[in-house]
Amino acid sequence: MAAKKKKNYKRWIPVFLLGLPGFLYLFINNYMPLYGLIIAFKKFDYSKGIFGSPWAGLSNFKYLFATRDAFIITRNTILYNLAFIVLDTVFGVAIAIFLNEIRKKATKKIYQTFLLLPYLMSMVVVSYLAYAFLGDRTGIINGFLTSIGKQPISFYMEQKYWPFILLFVYEWRMIGYGSIIYLATLVGIDGSFYESAELDGATKWQQITQITLPLLKSTIIMLVTLSMGRIFRSDFGLFYQVPRNQGLLYGVTDTIDTYVFRALMKNGDIGLSSAAAFYQSIVCFITIMIFNALIRKYSKEDAMF
Amino acid sequence: MNRGHKKFLALSHVVLIFVTILCILPFYLLIVASFTEEKYAVTNGFSLIPAHLSTDAYRYLLTKAYLFGRGYLITFIVTICGTLACIFITMAFSYMLSRPGLPFKGFFNFYVVFTMLFNGGLVSTYIMYTQTFHVKNTLWALILPNLLTNAFYIIMVRNYFASNIPEELLEAARIDGCSEAGIFTRVVFPLSKPIIATVGLMVGVAYWNDWQNGLYYIDNQKLYGIQNILNAINENAKYLMTGGGSGAMQMPANTSRMAAAVIGIIPILIIYPFFQDYFVKGITMGAVKG
Repeated sequence: MAAKKKKNYKRWIPVFLLGLPGFLYLFINNYMPLYGLIIAFKKFDYSKGIFGSPWAGLSNFKYLFATRDAFIITRNTILYNLAFIVLDTVFGVAIAIFLNEIRKKATKKIYQTFLLLPYLMSMVVVSYLAYAFLGDRTGIINGFLTSIGKQPISFYMEQKYWPFILLFVYEWRMIGYGSIIYLATLVGIDGSFYESAELDGATKWQQITQITLPLLKSTIIMLVTLSMGRIFRSDFGLFYQVPRNQGLLYGVTDTIDTYVFRALMKNGDIGLSSAAAFYQSIVCFITIMIFNALIRKYSKEDAMF
Repeated sequence: MNRGHKKFLALSHVVLIFVTILCILPFYLLIVASFTEEKYAVTNGFSLIPAHLSTDAYRYLLTKAYLFGRGYLITFIVTICGTLACIFITMAFSYMLSRPGLPFKGFFNFYVVFTMLFNGGLVSTYIMYTQTFHVKNTLWALILPNLLTNAFYIIMVRNYFASNIPEELLEAARIDGCSEAGIFTRVVFPLSKPIIATVGLMVGVAYWNDWQNGLYYIDNQKLYGIQNILNAINENAKYLMTGGGSGAMQMPANTSRMAAAVIGIIPILIIYPFFQDYFVKGITMGAVKG
Protein backbone atom coordinates (compact mmCIF):
# COMPACT_ATOMS: atom_id res chain seq x y z
CA MET A 1 0.00 0.00 0.00
CA ALA A 2 2.75 2.41 1.00
CA ALA A 3 4.78 1.39 -2.03
CA LYS A 4 1.82 1.98 -4.28
CA LYS A 5 1.27 5.42 -2.80
CA LYS A 6 4.93 6.27 -3.25
CA LYS A 7 4.76 5.21 -6.87
CA ASN A 8 1.67 7.30 -7.24
CA TYR A 9 3.52 10.42 -6.04
CA LYS A 10 6.39 9.60 -8.34
CA ARG A 11 3.97 9.73 -11.25
CA TRP A 12 3.13 13.33 -10.30
CA ILE A 13 6.71 14.60 -10.21
CA PRO A 14 6.75 15.77 -13.87
CA VAL A 15 3.44 17.57 -13.31
CA PHE A 16 4.77 19.29 -10.19
CA LEU A 17 7.86 20.32 -12.14
CA LEU A 18 5.64 22.03 -14.70
CA GLY A 19 3.92 23.93 -11.91
CA LEU A 20 7.17 24.86 -10.18
CA PRO A 21 7.97 28.16 -11.98
CA GLY A 22 4.50 29.53 -11.28
CA PHE A 23 4.65 28.33 -7.69
CA LEU A 24 8.00 30.00 -7.13
CA TYR A 25 6.93 33.22 -8.80
CA LEU A 26 3.82 33.56 -6.63
CA PHE A 27 5.97 32.76 -3.62
CA ILE A 28 8.45 35.51 -4.44
CA ASN A 29 6.05 38.12 -5.71
CA ASN A 30 3.05 37.57 -3.46
CA TYR A 31 4.12 35.67 -0.36
CA MET A 32 7.57 36.99 0.51
CA PRO A 33 6.32 40.61 0.77
CA LEU A 34 3.88 39.47 3.46
CA TYR A 35 6.86 38.89 5.73
CA GLY A 36 7.92 42.45 4.92
CA LEU A 37 4.71 43.76 6.49
CA ILE A 38 6.51 43.63 9.85
CA ILE A 39 8.53 46.62 8.65
CA ALA A 40 5.57 48.66 9.90
CA PHE A 41 6.51 47.66 13.44
CA LYS A 42 10.22 48.35 13.00
CA LYS A 43 12.50 51.31 12.86
CA PHE A 44 13.74 50.24 9.47
CA ASP A 45 17.37 50.69 8.61
CA TYR A 46 18.55 49.69 5.12
CA SER A 47 21.97 48.63 6.42
CA LYS A 48 20.44 46.26 8.98
CA GLY A 49 17.73 44.78 6.78
CA ILE A 50 14.24 43.78 7.81
CA PHE A 51 15.36 41.22 10.35
CA GLY A 52 18.09 43.26 12.00
CA SER A 53 16.23 46.56 12.33
CA PRO A 54 15.08 47.35 15.87
CA TRP A 55 11.42 47.05 16.85
CA ALA A 56 9.48 50.26 17.10
CA GLY A 57 6.21 49.02 18.54
CA LEU A 58 3.26 51.02 17.31
CA SER A 59 5.13 54.30 16.94
CA ASN A 60 4.84 54.31 13.12
CA PHE A 61 1.08 53.97 13.42
CA LYS A 62 0.86 56.65 16.09
CA TYR A 63 2.76 58.93 13.77
CA LEU A 64 0.46 58.10 10.82
CA PHE A 65 -2.81 58.51 12.70
CA ALA A 66 -1.67 61.63 14.55
CA THR A 67 -1.84 63.55 11.28
CA ARG A 68 -4.98 64.37 9.38
CA ASP A 69 -3.49 62.50 6.41
CA ALA A 70 -4.80 59.12 7.47
CA PHE A 71 -8.34 60.46 7.53
CA ILE A 72 -8.04 62.32 4.22
CA ILE A 73 -6.55 59.45 2.23
CA THR A 74 -9.03 56.95 3.63
CA ARG A 75 -11.96 59.26 2.93
CA ASN A 76 -10.78 59.96 -0.62
CA THR A 77 -10.15 56.30 -1.36
CA ILE A 78 -13.56 55.20 -0.12
CA LEU A 79 -15.60 58.04 -1.59
CA TYR A 80 -14.05 57.77 -5.05
CA ASN A 81 -14.54 54.01 -5.04
CA LEU A 82 -18.19 54.37 -4.03
CA ALA A 83 -18.78 56.86 -6.82
CA PHE A 84 -16.96 54.59 -9.30
CA ILE A 85 -19.10 51.63 -8.30
CA VAL A 86 -22.35 53.55 -8.80
CA LEU A 87 -21.28 55.04 -12.14
CA ASP A 88 -19.73 51.78 -13.38
CA THR A 89 -22.99 49.99 -12.77
CA VAL A 90 -25.27 52.61 -14.28
CA PHE A 91 -23.14 53.21 -17.39
CA GLY A 92 -22.14 49.58 -17.78
CA VAL A 93 -25.74 48.37 -17.75
CA ALA A 94 -27.00 51.22 -19.95
CA ILE A 95 -24.31 50.80 -22.60
CA ALA A 96 -24.81 47.02 -22.58
CA ILE A 97 -28.57 47.45 -23.13
CA PHE A 98 -27.99 49.89 -26.00
CA LEU A 99 -25.32 47.69 -27.59
CA ASN A 100 -27.54 44.65 -27.28
CA GLU A 101 -30.22 46.51 -29.19
CA ILE A 102 -27.96 46.74 -32.26
CA ARG A 103 -28.65 43.59 -34.24
CA LYS A 104 -26.09 44.12 -36.98
CA LYS A 105 -22.96 42.38 -35.77
CA ALA A 106 -20.53 44.54 -37.72
CA THR A 107 -22.05 47.79 -36.41
CA LYS A 108 -22.01 46.50 -32.86
CA LYS A 109 -18.37 45.56 -33.21
CA ILE A 110 -17.42 49.00 -34.50
CA TYR A 111 -19.03 50.65 -31.49
CA GLN A 112 -17.35 48.24 -29.14
CA THR A 113 -13.95 48.76 -30.75
CA PHE A 114 -14.09 52.49 -30.09
CA LEU A 115 -15.59 52.18 -26.63
CA LEU A 116 -12.79 49.85 -25.54
CA LEU A 117 -9.99 51.94 -26.95
CA PRO A 118 -9.49 54.17 -23.88
CA TYR A 119 -9.03 51.12 -21.67
CA LEU A 120 -5.95 50.13 -23.66
CA MET A 121 -4.12 53.37 -22.97
CA SER A 122 -1.59 53.62 -20.18
CA MET A 123 -2.36 56.16 -17.48
CA VAL A 124 0.63 58.19 -18.64
CA VAL A 125 -1.05 58.63 -22.01
CA VAL A 126 -4.39 59.37 -20.31
CA SER A 127 -2.62 62.09 -18.38
CA TYR A 128 -1.44 63.64 -21.67
CA LEU A 129 -4.95 63.46 -23.08
CA ALA A 130 -6.41 65.14 -20.00
CA TYR A 131 -3.72 67.81 -20.15
CA ALA A 132 -4.62 68.61 -23.76
CA PHE A 133 -8.04 69.64 -22.43
CA LEU A 134 -7.11 71.12 -19.06
CA GLY A 135 -3.70 72.73 -19.60
CA ASP A 136 -3.27 76.35 -18.50
CA ARG A 137 -2.31 77.99 -21.75
CA THR A 138 -2.69 75.33 -24.39
CA GLY A 139 -5.67 73.44 -22.98
CA ILE A 140 -8.67 73.38 -25.25
CA ILE A 141 -11.10 74.33 -22.49
CA ASN A 142 -9.17 77.48 -21.61
CA GLY A 143 -8.80 78.27 -25.29
CA PHE A 144 -12.57 78.17 -25.54
CA LEU A 145 -13.09 80.22 -22.37
CA THR A 146 -10.72 82.94 -23.57
CA SER A 147 -12.33 83.04 -27.00
CA ILE A 148 -15.73 83.81 -25.49
CA GLY A 149 -14.18 86.44 -23.24
CA LYS A 150 -14.15 84.49 -19.97
CA GLN A 151 -11.28 84.11 -17.52
CA PRO A 152 -9.19 80.97 -18.02
CA ILE A 153 -9.19 78.41 -15.19
CA SER A 154 -6.02 77.00 -13.63
CA PHE A 155 -7.34 73.47 -13.33
CA TYR A 156 -4.15 72.05 -11.88
CA MET A 157 -4.27 74.50 -8.99
CA GLU A 158 -7.90 74.35 -7.92
CA GLN A 159 -9.22 71.48 -5.89
CA LYS A 160 -12.92 72.02 -6.53
CA TYR A 161 -12.89 70.68 -10.08
CA TRP A 162 -10.98 67.48 -9.41
CA PRO A 163 -13.62 65.12 -8.06
CA PHE A 164 -15.53 65.66 -11.31
CA ILE A 165 -12.47 65.47 -13.53
CA LEU A 166 -11.32 62.21 -11.94
CA LEU A 167 -14.78 60.68 -12.15
CA PHE A 168 -15.05 61.70 -15.78
CA VAL A 169 -11.60 60.42 -16.74
CA TYR A 170 -12.16 57.15 -14.91
CA GLU A 171 -15.52 56.51 -16.55
CA TRP A 172 -14.19 57.58 -19.92
CA ARG A 173 -11.53 54.90 -19.61
CA MET A 174 -13.79 52.18 -18.19
CA ILE A 175 -17.09 52.60 -20.01
CA GLY A 176 -16.47 50.04 -22.74
CA TYR A 177 -14.74 47.62 -20.41
CA GLY A 178 -17.51 47.88 -17.83
CA SER A 179 -20.24 47.04 -20.33
CA ILE A 180 -18.65 43.82 -21.62
CA ILE A 181 -19.71 41.53 -18.80
CA TYR A 182 -23.27 42.85 -18.73
CA LEU A 183 -23.45 42.48 -22.48
CA ALA A 184 -22.29 38.87 -22.23
CA THR A 185 -25.16 38.21 -19.82
CA LEU A 186 -27.67 39.96 -22.09
CA VAL A 187 -26.60 38.02 -25.17
CA GLY A 188 -27.43 34.85 -23.28
CA ILE A 189 -31.03 35.89 -22.59
CA ASP A 190 -33.67 33.88 -24.41
CA GLY A 191 -35.31 36.08 -27.07
CA SER A 192 -38.72 34.48 -26.49
CA PHE A 193 -39.10 36.44 -23.24
CA TYR A 194 -39.22 39.64 -25.23
CA GLU A 195 -41.40 38.19 -27.98
CA SER A 196 -44.12 37.17 -25.59
CA ALA A 197 -43.85 40.49 -23.74
CA GLU A 198 -44.27 42.25 -27.06
CA LEU A 199 -47.38 40.20 -27.85
CA ASP A 200 -48.78 41.30 -24.52
CA GLY A 201 -48.24 44.89 -25.61
CA ALA A 202 -45.33 45.72 -23.30
CA THR A 203 -43.47 48.91 -24.20
CA LYS A 204 -39.71 48.88 -24.62
CA TRP A 205 -39.26 50.63 -21.29
CA GLN A 206 -41.45 48.02 -19.58
CA GLN A 207 -39.41 45.25 -21.19
CA ILE A 208 -36.21 46.78 -19.82
CA THR A 209 -37.50 47.25 -16.30
CA GLN A 210 -39.52 44.02 -16.12
CA ILE A 211 -37.28 41.60 -18.03
CA THR A 212 -33.76 42.91 -18.68
CA LEU A 213 -32.95 44.43 -15.30
CA PRO A 214 -34.24 41.50 -13.23
CA LEU A 215 -32.16 39.15 -15.40
CA LEU A 216 -29.08 41.32 -14.88
CA LYS A 217 -29.67 41.52 -11.15
CA SER A 218 -27.37 38.71 -10.12
CA THR A 219 -24.52 39.95 -12.35
CA ILE A 220 -24.94 43.46 -10.92
CA ILE A 221 -24.91 42.20 -7.34
CA MET A 222 -21.84 40.07 -8.08
CA LEU A 223 -19.80 42.87 -9.63
CA VAL A 224 -20.82 45.44 -7.02
CA THR A 225 -19.94 43.07 -4.20
CA LEU A 226 -16.56 42.30 -5.76
CA SER A 227 -15.79 46.01 -6.12
CA MET A 228 -16.94 46.69 -2.56
CA GLY A 229 -14.36 44.16 -1.42
CA ARG A 230 -11.69 46.30 -3.09
CA ILE A 231 -12.89 49.59 -1.67
CA PHE A 232 -9.63 50.34 0.15
CA ARG A 233 -7.54 49.87 -2.97
CA SER A 234 -7.23 52.66 -5.47
CA ASP A 235 -5.99 52.93 -9.00
CA PHE A 236 -2.55 54.42 -8.37
CA GLY A 237 -2.16 55.47 -12.00
CA LEU A 238 -5.38 57.48 -12.09
CA PHE A 239 -4.68 59.43 -8.93
CA TYR A 240 -0.97 59.90 -9.55
CA GLN A 241 -0.86 60.62 -13.28
CA VAL A 242 -4.03 62.51 -14.10
CA PRO A 243 -3.63 65.29 -11.46
CA ARG A 244 0.08 65.25 -12.44
CA ASN A 245 1.09 64.85 -8.79
CA GLN A 246 0.26 68.48 -8.00
CA GLY A 247 0.70 69.20 -4.29
CA LEU A 248 -2.09 71.80 -4.25
CA LEU A 249 -4.58 69.12 -5.22
CA TYR A 250 -3.65 66.44 -2.66
CA GLY A 251 -6.65 67.27 -0.47
CA VAL A 252 -9.00 65.80 -3.07
CA THR A 253 -6.69 63.59 -5.15
CA ASP A 254 -4.57 61.78 -2.58
CA THR A 255 -5.50 58.16 -1.90
CA ILE A 256 -3.83 55.51 0.24
CA ASP A 257 -1.79 54.27 -2.73
CA THR A 258 -0.46 57.65 -3.82
CA TYR A 259 0.28 58.53 -0.19
CA VAL A 260 2.29 55.34 0.36
CA PHE A 261 4.18 55.95 -2.86
CA ARG A 262 5.09 59.51 -1.97
CA ALA A 263 6.06 58.72 1.59
CA LEU A 264 8.32 55.92 0.36
CA MET A 265 9.84 57.29 -2.85
CA LYS A 266 9.78 61.06 -2.51
CA ASN A 267 10.27 61.48 1.23
CA GLY A 268 12.05 58.21 1.98
CA ASP A 269 9.88 57.84 5.09
CA ILE A 270 9.75 54.08 5.50
CA GLY A 271 8.05 54.22 8.90
CA LEU A 272 5.11 56.25 7.66
CA SER A 273 4.74 54.48 4.31
CA SER A 274 4.97 50.99 5.78
CA ALA A 275 2.39 51.85 8.42
CA ALA A 276 0.01 53.14 5.75
CA ALA A 277 0.66 50.11 3.54
CA PHE A 278 0.09 47.74 6.46
CA TYR A 279 -3.12 49.54 7.37
CA GLN A 280 -4.30 49.20 3.77
CA SER A 281 -3.42 45.49 3.52
CA ILE A 282 -5.33 44.69 6.70
CA VAL A 283 -8.49 46.69 6.01
CA CYS A 284 -8.49 45.36 2.43
CA PHE A 285 -8.26 41.80 3.67
CA ILE A 286 -11.09 42.33 6.13
CA THR A 287 -13.42 43.94 3.57
CA ILE A 288 -12.71 41.25 0.98
CA MET A 289 -13.47 38.53 3.51
CA ILE A 290 -16.72 40.24 4.52
CA PHE A 291 -17.92 40.72 0.97
CA ASN A 292 -16.85 37.26 -0.11
CA ALA A 293 -18.89 35.84 2.75
CA LEU A 294 -21.83 37.90 1.48
CA ILE A 295 -21.42 36.56 -2.06
CA ARG A 296 -21.22 33.04 -0.76
CA LYS A 297 -24.44 33.52 1.12
CA TYR A 298 -26.14 34.94 -1.95
CA SER A 299 -24.78 32.66 -4.64
CA LYS A 300 -22.25 30.07 -3.67
CA GLU A 301 -20.69 29.36 -7.07
CA ASP A 302 -19.74 33.00 -7.57
CA ALA A 303 -17.71 33.27 -4.36
CA MET A 304 -13.95 33.38 -4.71
CA PHE A 305 -13.52 30.52 -2.25
CA MET B 1 -40.57 45.67 -35.67
CA ASN B 2 -43.03 48.08 -34.06
CA ARG B 3 -42.69 51.80 -33.56
CA GLY B 4 -41.51 51.63 -29.97
CA HIS B 5 -38.79 49.28 -31.04
CA LYS B 6 -37.63 51.51 -33.85
CA LYS B 7 -37.57 54.52 -31.56
CA PHE B 8 -35.46 52.64 -29.04
CA LEU B 9 -33.09 51.46 -31.74
CA ALA B 10 -32.67 55.05 -32.89
CA LEU B 11 -32.07 56.15 -29.30
CA SER B 12 -29.45 53.41 -28.92
CA HIS B 13 -27.61 54.66 -31.97
CA VAL B 14 -27.73 58.27 -30.79
CA VAL B 15 -26.34 57.39 -27.36
CA LEU B 16 -23.68 55.05 -28.71
CA ILE B 17 -22.54 57.53 -31.33
CA PHE B 18 -22.30 60.22 -28.67
CA VAL B 19 -20.26 58.00 -26.34
CA THR B 20 -18.08 56.82 -29.23
CA ILE B 21 -17.27 60.42 -30.10
CA LEU B 22 -16.41 61.12 -26.46
CA CYS B 23 -14.11 58.09 -26.48
CA ILE B 24 -12.17 59.07 -29.58
CA LEU B 25 -12.26 62.85 -29.28
CA PRO B 26 -9.20 63.04 -26.98
CA PHE B 27 -7.16 60.95 -29.42
CA TYR B 28 -8.22 63.16 -32.28
CA LEU B 29 -7.27 66.23 -30.28
CA LEU B 30 -3.91 64.69 -29.37
CA ILE B 31 -3.10 64.06 -33.02
CA VAL B 32 -4.29 67.48 -34.19
CA ALA B 33 -2.34 69.13 -31.35
CA SER B 34 0.83 67.30 -32.32
CA PHE B 35 0.57 68.73 -35.83
CA THR B 36 -0.13 72.30 -34.71
CA GLU B 37 2.38 75.13 -34.99
CA GLU B 38 3.97 75.72 -31.59
CA LYS B 39 3.57 79.49 -31.68
CA TYR B 40 -0.10 79.21 -32.54
CA ALA B 41 -0.69 76.63 -29.79
CA VAL B 42 0.93 78.84 -27.16
CA THR B 43 -1.11 81.93 -28.00
CA ASN B 44 -4.45 80.35 -28.86
CA GLY B 45 -4.37 76.95 -27.20
CA PHE B 46 -4.97 73.68 -28.99
CA SER B 47 -8.11 73.56 -31.06
CA LEU B 48 -10.29 70.84 -32.42
CA ILE B 49 -10.32 72.31 -35.89
CA PRO B 50 -6.96 71.74 -37.53
CA ALA B 51 -5.33 75.10 -38.18
CA HIS B 52 -1.77 76.31 -38.63
CA LEU B 53 -0.52 72.82 -39.25
CA SER B 54 3.13 72.03 -38.96
CA THR B 55 5.35 69.00 -38.62
CA ASP B 56 7.86 70.84 -36.42
CA ALA B 57 7.07 68.70 -33.38
CA TYR B 58 7.82 65.49 -35.25
CA ARG B 59 10.90 66.96 -36.89
CA TYR B 60 12.14 67.93 -33.46
CA LEU B 61 11.46 64.44 -32.11
CA LEU B 62 13.35 63.03 -35.08
CA THR B 63 16.44 64.71 -33.70
CA LYS B 64 15.70 62.68 -30.57
CA ALA B 65 15.29 59.47 -32.52
CA TYR B 66 18.00 57.89 -30.40
CA LEU B 67 16.09 58.50 -27.17
CA PHE B 68 12.83 57.13 -28.53
CA GLY B 69 14.50 54.29 -30.39
CA ARG B 70 16.15 53.11 -27.20
CA GLY B 71 12.90 53.45 -25.27
CA TYR B 72 11.03 51.49 -27.90
CA LEU B 73 13.70 48.78 -27.96
CA ILE B 74 13.60 48.37 -24.18
CA THR B 75 9.82 48.25 -24.13
CA PHE B 76 9.82 45.74 -26.98
CA ILE B 77 12.33 43.45 -25.28
CA VAL B 78 10.52 43.64 -21.95
CA THR B 79 7.09 43.11 -23.54
CA ILE B 80 8.16 40.11 -25.60
CA CYS B 81 10.21 38.39 -22.89
CA GLY B 82 7.60 39.11 -20.23
CA THR B 83 4.70 37.94 -22.37
CA LEU B 84 6.36 34.71 -23.50
CA ALA B 85 7.48 33.90 -19.97
CA CYS B 86 4.03 34.68 -18.61
CA ILE B 87 2.33 32.44 -21.14
CA PHE B 88 4.61 29.53 -20.34
CA ILE B 89 4.52 29.93 -16.56
CA THR B 90 0.76 30.46 -16.44
CA MET B 91 -0.06 27.61 -18.80
CA ALA B 92 2.23 25.17 -17.01
CA PHE B 93 0.94 26.06 -13.57
CA SER B 94 -2.68 25.94 -14.71
CA TYR B 95 -2.05 22.61 -16.40
CA MET B 96 -0.88 21.25 -13.07
CA LEU B 97 -3.96 22.66 -11.32
CA SER B 98 -6.31 21.15 -13.90
CA ARG B 99 -5.02 17.56 -13.55
CA PRO B 100 -7.69 15.34 -12.03
CA GLY B 101 -6.49 13.60 -8.89
CA LEU B 102 -3.61 16.02 -8.34
CA PRO B 103 -2.24 15.55 -4.81
CA PHE B 104 -2.60 18.68 -2.59
CA LYS B 105 -5.02 20.20 -5.10
CA GLY B 106 -6.92 22.08 -2.39
CA PHE B 107 -3.69 23.56 -1.09
CA PHE B 108 -2.59 24.74 -4.56
CA ASN B 109 -5.96 26.32 -5.28
CA PHE B 110 -5.86 28.14 -1.97
CA TYR B 111 -2.26 29.17 -2.67
CA VAL B 112 -3.49 30.97 -5.80
CA VAL B 113 -6.69 32.48 -4.40
CA PHE B 114 -4.98 33.80 -1.27
CA THR B 115 -2.85 36.14 -3.40
CA MET B 116 -6.06 37.93 -4.37
CA LEU B 117 -7.06 38.44 -0.75
CA PHE B 118 -3.95 39.67 0.91
CA ASN B 119 -0.87 41.43 -0.36
CA GLY B 120 2.19 42.94 1.16
CA GLY B 121 1.74 46.33 -0.42
CA LEU B 122 4.25 48.58 -2.11
CA VAL B 123 6.71 49.13 0.72
CA SER B 124 7.61 45.55 1.52
CA THR B 125 7.48 44.53 -2.15
CA TYR B 126 9.84 47.36 -3.00
CA ILE B 127 12.24 46.58 -0.20
CA MET B 128 12.25 42.89 -1.03
CA TYR B 129 12.91 43.39 -4.73
CA THR B 130 15.62 45.97 -4.13
CA GLN B 131 17.30 44.54 -1.02
CA THR B 132 16.97 40.79 -1.58
CA PHE B 133 16.89 40.49 -5.35
CA HIS B 134 18.75 43.69 -6.26
CA VAL B 135 16.64 44.38 -9.32
CA LYS B 136 17.05 48.16 -9.08
CA ASN B 137 18.26 49.61 -12.36
CA THR B 138 18.21 46.31 -14.24
CA LEU B 139 15.84 45.09 -16.94
CA TRP B 140 14.63 42.48 -14.45
CA ALA B 141 12.88 45.29 -12.61
CA LEU B 142 10.70 45.88 -15.65
CA ILE B 143 9.84 42.20 -16.10
CA LEU B 144 9.55 40.60 -12.66
CA PRO B 145 7.54 42.68 -10.21
CA ASN B 146 3.78 42.04 -10.33
CA LEU B 147 3.42 41.49 -14.07
CA LEU B 148 4.74 37.99 -14.74
CA THR B 149 1.61 36.13 -13.77
CA ASN B 150 -1.26 36.42 -11.33
CA ALA B 151 -4.20 34.53 -9.91
CA PHE B 152 -6.54 36.07 -12.46
CA TYR B 153 -4.67 34.60 -15.46
CA ILE B 154 -4.09 31.28 -13.73
CA ILE B 155 -7.77 30.79 -12.93
CA MET B 156 -8.79 31.87 -16.42
CA VAL B 157 -6.46 29.33 -18.09
CA ARG B 158 -7.36 26.59 -15.61
CA ASN B 159 -11.04 27.04 -16.41
CA TYR B 160 -10.25 26.95 -20.12
CA PHE B 161 -8.37 23.68 -19.76
CA ALA B 162 -11.15 22.17 -17.69
CA SER B 163 -13.81 22.87 -20.30
CA ASN B 164 -11.89 22.67 -23.59
CA ILE B 165 -9.29 19.92 -23.35
CA PRO B 166 -10.81 16.45 -23.12
CA GLU B 167 -9.13 14.28 -20.54
CA GLU B 168 -9.47 11.23 -22.83
CA LEU B 169 -7.16 12.85 -25.35
CA LEU B 170 -4.46 13.35 -22.74
CA GLU B 171 -4.98 9.82 -21.47
CA ALA B 172 -4.56 8.47 -25.01
CA ALA B 173 -1.29 10.38 -25.39
CA ARG B 174 -0.15 9.00 -22.03
CA ILE B 175 -0.92 5.43 -23.14
CA ASP B 176 1.09 6.05 -26.30
CA GLY B 177 4.04 6.71 -24.03
CA CYS B 178 4.09 10.49 -24.20
CA SER B 179 5.75 12.17 -21.18
CA GLU B 180 3.96 14.90 -19.17
CA ALA B 181 6.20 17.55 -20.71
CA GLY B 182 5.47 16.08 -24.14
CA ILE B 183 1.72 16.11 -23.53
CA PHE B 184 1.95 19.69 -22.33
CA THR B 185 3.92 20.94 -25.33
CA ARG B 186 2.49 18.74 -28.09
CA VAL B 187 -1.14 18.21 -27.07
CA VAL B 188 -2.16 21.01 -24.68
CA PHE B 189 -0.38 23.94 -26.36
CA PRO B 190 -1.81 23.39 -29.85
CA LEU B 191 -5.32 23.08 -28.39
CA SER B 192 -4.94 26.31 -26.43
CA LYS B 193 -4.47 28.89 -29.17
CA PRO B 194 -7.52 31.00 -28.21
CA ILE B 195 -6.56 31.24 -24.55
CA ILE B 196 -2.91 31.90 -25.44
CA ALA B 197 -4.05 34.77 -27.66
CA THR B 198 -6.29 36.13 -24.90
CA VAL B 199 -3.76 35.94 -22.09
CA GLY B 200 -0.93 36.99 -24.41
CA LEU B 201 -2.79 40.12 -25.48
CA MET B 202 -3.71 41.10 -21.94
CA VAL B 203 -0.20 40.54 -20.63
CA GLY B 204 1.38 42.16 -23.68
CA VAL B 205 -0.70 45.31 -23.24
CA ALA B 206 0.07 45.31 -19.52
CA TYR B 207 3.82 45.19 -20.21
CA TRP B 208 3.67 47.71 -23.02
CA ASN B 209 1.70 50.15 -20.85
CA ASP B 210 3.60 49.60 -17.64
CA TRP B 211 5.30 52.64 -16.19
CA GLN B 212 5.00 51.83 -12.49
CA ASN B 213 7.87 49.35 -12.32
CA GLY B 214 10.02 51.85 -14.16
CA LEU B 215 8.95 54.59 -11.75
CA TYR B 216 9.73 52.47 -8.69
CA TYR B 217 12.85 50.64 -9.72
CA ILE B 218 14.63 52.55 -12.49
CA ASP B 219 16.68 55.69 -11.86
CA ASN B 220 19.04 55.19 -14.77
CA GLN B 221 17.45 57.05 -17.68
CA LYS B 222 19.21 54.81 -20.17
CA LEU B 223 16.87 52.01 -19.04
CA TYR B 224 13.68 53.99 -19.52
CA GLY B 225 11.08 52.28 -21.66
CA ILE B 226 8.71 54.33 -23.80
CA GLN B 227 6.16 54.86 -21.01
CA ASN B 228 8.81 56.10 -18.61
CA ILE B 229 10.14 58.49 -21.23
CA LEU B 230 6.58 59.81 -21.62
CA ASN B 231 6.28 60.01 -17.86
CA ALA B 232 9.55 61.94 -17.61
CA ILE B 233 8.40 64.39 -20.31
CA ASN B 234 5.08 64.74 -18.51
CA GLU B 235 6.86 65.64 -15.28
CA ASN B 236 9.13 68.06 -17.03
CA ALA B 237 8.90 68.98 -20.70
CA LYS B 238 12.56 69.94 -20.56
CA TYR B 239 13.40 66.26 -20.28
CA LEU B 240 13.33 66.20 -24.07
CA MET B 241 16.24 68.62 -24.18
CA THR B 242 18.51 66.23 -22.32
CA GLY B 243 20.81 64.01 -24.26
CA GLY B 244 21.67 66.65 -26.86
CA GLY B 245 21.35 66.03 -30.56
CA SER B 246 18.69 68.62 -31.26
CA GLY B 247 21.17 70.84 -33.09
CA ALA B 248 20.03 74.37 -33.81
CA MET B 249 16.34 73.56 -33.63
CA GLN B 250 14.43 75.11 -30.76
CA MET B 251 12.19 72.77 -28.88
CA PRO B 252 8.47 73.20 -29.54
CA ALA B 253 7.71 72.34 -25.90
CA ASN B 254 3.94 71.93 -26.04
CA THR B 255 3.43 70.27 -29.37
CA SER B 256 6.39 67.90 -29.12
CA ARG B 257 4.93 66.48 -25.88
CA MET B 258 1.78 65.63 -27.78
CA ALA B 259 3.78 64.15 -30.65
CA ALA B 260 5.69 62.00 -28.16
CA ALA B 261 2.41 60.63 -26.80
CA VAL B 262 1.23 59.85 -30.33
CA ILE B 263 4.42 57.89 -30.93
CA GLY B 264 3.80 55.97 -27.70
CA ILE B 265 0.28 54.80 -28.62
CA ILE B 266 0.82 53.85 -32.26
CA PRO B 267 1.76 50.18 -31.69
CA ILE B 268 -1.35 49.55 -29.60
CA LEU B 269 -3.58 51.23 -32.17
CA ILE B 270 -2.08 48.96 -34.84
CA ILE B 271 -2.40 45.59 -33.11
CA TYR B 272 -5.62 46.18 -31.18
CA PRO B 273 -8.16 45.69 -34.02
CA PHE B 274 -6.69 42.26 -34.82
CA PHE B 275 -6.97 41.07 -31.26
CA GLN B 276 -10.16 42.77 -30.17
CA ASP B 277 -12.27 39.59 -30.08
CA TYR B 278 -9.76 37.79 -27.86
CA PHE B 279 -9.63 40.76 -25.59
CA VAL B 280 -13.41 40.88 -25.17
CA LYS B 281 -13.48 37.14 -24.59
CA GLY B 282 -10.78 37.38 -21.96
CA ILE B 283 -12.63 40.04 -20.00
CA THR B 284 -15.83 38.02 -20.10
CA MET B 285 -14.10 34.82 -19.06
CA GLY B 286 -12.02 36.27 -16.29
CA ALA B 287 -13.98 39.08 -14.76
CA VAL B 288 -16.81 37.34 -12.97
CA LYS B 289 -14.73 34.46 -11.70
CA GLY B 290 -11.73 36.72 -11.09
